[in-house]
Amino acid sequence: MTTRRIEITVGIFVALGLAALFMLAIQVSNLGEYRGSDGYEVHAYFNNIGGLKVRAPVTMAGVRVGRVSAITYDAERYQARVSFTVSARYDQLPTDTQASIYTAGLLGEQYIALEPGGEDEVLRAGDVILFTQSALVLEELIGRMLVNLTGN
Amino acid sequence: MGPFQRLGHAALGVLERLGRGHLFLFRTLLAMGTLVRRPGLLVRELYSVGVLSLLIIAVSGLFVGMVLGYQGYITLVDFGAAEALGTVVALSLVRELGPVVTALLFAGRAGSALTAEIGLMKATEQLSSMEMMAVDPYKRVIAPRFLAGVISLPLLAAIFSAVGVAGGYFIGVGVLGVDAGAYWSQMQASVDFREDVMSGVIKSLVFGVVAAWIAVFEGYDATPTSEGVSRATTRTVVHTALAILALDFILTGLMFGDI
Repeated sequence: MTTRRIEITVGIFVALGLAALFMLAIQVSNLGEYRGSDGYEVHAYFNNIGGLKVRAPVTMAGVRVGRVSAITYDAERYQARVSFTVSARYDQLPTDTQASIYTAGLLGEQYIALEPGGEDEVLRAGDVILFTQSALVLEELIGRMLVNLTGN
Repeated sequence: MGPFQRLGHAALGVLERLGRGHLFLFRTLLAMGTLVRRPGLLVRELYSVGVLSLLIIAVSGLFVGMVLGYQGYITLVDFGAAEALGTVVALSLVRELGPVVTALLFAGRAGSALTAEIGLMKATEQLSSMEMMAVDPYKRVIAPRFLAGVISLPLLAAIFSAVGVAGGYFIGVGVLGVDAGAYWSQMQASVDFREDVMSGVIKSLVFGVVAAWIAVFEGYDATPTSEGVSRATTRTVVHTALAILALDFILTGLMFGDI
């Protein structure tokens, strides 16, 4: 085989490999959603985050508007500090927006749902969301229900 | 020789080969510079190592993907979660099966060929005649083959995974009737680019270095007889398979252990 043909086939091979990698990145994984860091980060304190994980979705009316970027424990407040990045397109969140941790489906992953408030001021990078609702812990719920039942 | 002497002799032999192997790798890396000036050498090896392995990798990827489609469906449908088939197929391929199976096939298809080629060059005294003509066999023979293996394996692993995902789609959506939209959307929702795809790429890169290193070293270190070359070829396949499975365990522990 001539050198030229070898070079062409090797070129095809490398292109094919890179195309496969590209397909894995775009079609198979969630790379399409990252699109750099064009967003702003806000924080929220929760008494209990349940099973929330970093990179869990943040939704608004069911539509994903961002992702959880960091979860740390605040030793002074005895609370979990959740930071999440909201896409820059959604920069109209009122300052009294409420953040709640819900579960997708019965056994699904947990996510943060935002509910807008009525203030005119909007959230900016670094702001803290004041109204939060912790994750529902099943055991706690059952315990409360048992207390109610025995109370009656 | 008593039994203890024999044991010590064997242990020293293993250590000697280990040391020789690492010195060999070091000299190969030093010889890599010539490839910048003579990329033609690399292209020729990429052809015989990468392009010629393409068919077996693509066909195996297709079949592994289709088997995953069946097996995943059978397991998931009991839990009413057949839509998660895309996730199962993609994660198994991208994280584990893509890099590992590709590396094992690569050892059988390309690694053994590399060993046999270099071993025969040594047995027919081509390597010594090169040295006689002041041509460094490390630069002319070893380095291009090594680098070709290191470049080829990640590309082959990516092709394997991509073809496998398509094979899983063919069985899951085409034959078993999983919803096509759910197949892709569930996959995209749970496969993370940095955590899953990139760690697969890093794995296959490490496997590429190990597989190519073992193949060229066994060839260069072969006893220069026909029996020696055949033994070296067998050793390449066995040692590469063991090294890759053990390394895969370590790498998986490092990458996904901190959950």
